Amino acid sequence: MAHSISELYNQVINEHRKYPRNKGLIEGYKTLHLKNPSCGDDVTVQVSVKDGKVADVRHDGTGCVICCSSASVMSEVLIGKTVEEASEIIDDFYELIKGNVPKDEDRLGDAIVYVNIHNFPPRAKCATLAWRAAGALLLGDEGEQTDE
Amino acid sequence: MSTLLNVKKDFPVLMNNKDLVYLDTAATALKPQCVIDKLDEYYTLYGVNVNRGVYTLSYQATLEYEETRTLTAKFLNAKEKEIVFTKGASNGLNMVAFGFGMNYLEEGDEVITSELEHHSNVLPWMEVCKHKKAILKYIPLDSTGRITIEAFKKTISPKTKVVALTYVSNVMGYITPIKEIIKIAHEHGIVVVVDAAQAVAHMKIDVVDLDCDFLAFSSHKMMGPTGFGILYGKYKYLKVMKPVEYGGDMIDVVEKYSNTTKDAPFKFETGTPPVAEAIAFKEAIQYIEKIGYNQIQTHEQLLLNYMKEQLAKIKGITVYNMSTETGIIAFNINHAHPHDAATIFDEHQVALRAGHHCAQLIIKWLECVGTLRACIYIYNDYHDIDKFVEAVKEAAKYFEEW
Repeated sequence: MAHSISELYNQVINEHRKYPRNKGLIEGYKTLHLKNPSCGDDVTVQVSVKDGKVADVRHDGTGCVICCSSASVMSEVLIGKTVEEASEIIDDFYELIKGNVPKDEDRLGDAIVYVNIHNFPPRAKCATLAWRAAGALLLGDEGEQTDE
Repeated sequence: MSTLLNVKKDFPVLMNNKDLVYLDTAATALKPQCVIDKLDEYYTLYGVNVNRGVYTLSYQATLEYEETRTLTAKFLNAKEKEIVFTKGASNGLNMVAFGFGMNYLEEGDEVITSELEHHSNVLPWMEVCKHKKAILKYIPLDSTGRITIEAFKKTISPKTKVVALTYVSNVMGYITPIKEIIKIAHEHGIVVVVDAAQAVAHMKIDVVDLDCDFLAFSSHKMMGPTGFGILYGKYKYLKVMKPVEYGGDMIDVVEKYSNTTKDAPFKFETGTPPVAEAIAFKEAIQYIEKIGYNQIQTHEQLLLNYMKEQLAKIKGITVYNMSTETGIIAFNINHAHPHDAATIFDEHQVALRAGHHCAQLIIKWLECVGTLRACIYIYNDYHDIDKFVEAVKEAAKYFEEW
């Protein structure tokens, strides 16, 4: 029993599970629906960019706590950042999930709570699903995608 | 007095992972040493192609390979020419739908299946029905999620041509009253396809007694190698069934604009097969027969009853199939997504499946996002069940406080 469950479901994650931030979609935003058919995680992410900045991030969907909380945390972290910063933060988040040291930990904000995910490798996909949707939206993708 | 089998030592994965509680046999069974040794024997002693070479080693490999057909035929009480080697149950079921159903069905005909099916026994028929403008119908399940003879009788019509059903549900563990269903179906001239992927590890299958028209299963779910499986078909149907794949080995005469194929079963077997896997599958059959299905069932029932008793005492969980007669339990920890709960089991080194189990229709029927599934097999013991129950209790407590 190397890693305990409380390392995974810490207070911040639990807080976002109970009270998700920026949840619910807004018509007119660029939207990307991403799902992982093998486990059932299913999220839709929206990003609204104004004057080179992430003005708003919305999300909705169903899935495990790691997936849903991560979408909520991400929305808070990315709002207000420039598109460039947001893309860098997303890349940093992937590094964190892999167990590597991110370039700029501070910018990750609350997303740092997923630092232990690399001890639970099967859950890495859950944590990154919404982030991948946001990253793709920032690159100009829209619509439906399947993550396998 | 009935006692448990003591076969853990036969399974290297368990010997190399002493703390592992393996309850994911419904996904794939662990392999005994004899199967692993046989794979090795092929690659080490005579690892050449089959059905081709005119030299001694190739002949030896071919003999070993074809012996699997002989043994499988005996195992199922079938004739050798009725045994088709496949890549697995999914492959076999697809062959029947696309090679047989595609020609057999006409516009307006009906195919009956159920929401208990693994995707492999629904989706091929869904696609063939779309193509042929035939109608796919589902037997309404009873309140516990079972296929009943009564419901089946009500679903058939003069238009019904094919029935495709699972023998044992891979989520609920229920045994379908398939023999009775086949009898009724035949009275109406309906062809019956049986998915035995989940059944074959747990119960004796006699295709003559069942009188099924097609029956498919995978080697790996009965402790044989992955990538190999068996399709049984009555010869009159195999004769008219078309190959889905054309190429080497299955062919008779090739002209520039025409060809003739070999007879069944060989016309369905193109390309170099998984030779080692086919050869080692024999060992899995022999291993099961040495233990005996009666012993396997006694062992499973002892553990299943113990597991049910323990689970019934735990608050904060939902068991979906308390009446299951095979060693499969589908359940959830209340308030927890199955993947969140699965992490607790992973911590306890209890390997089980979480999700939709390639059977989304029954998950929708259960009105949940997915389930946890624990499956008991011959290498499990009371200690495994205790460790499992301990993890269930911890998960129930952990998520109750959320």
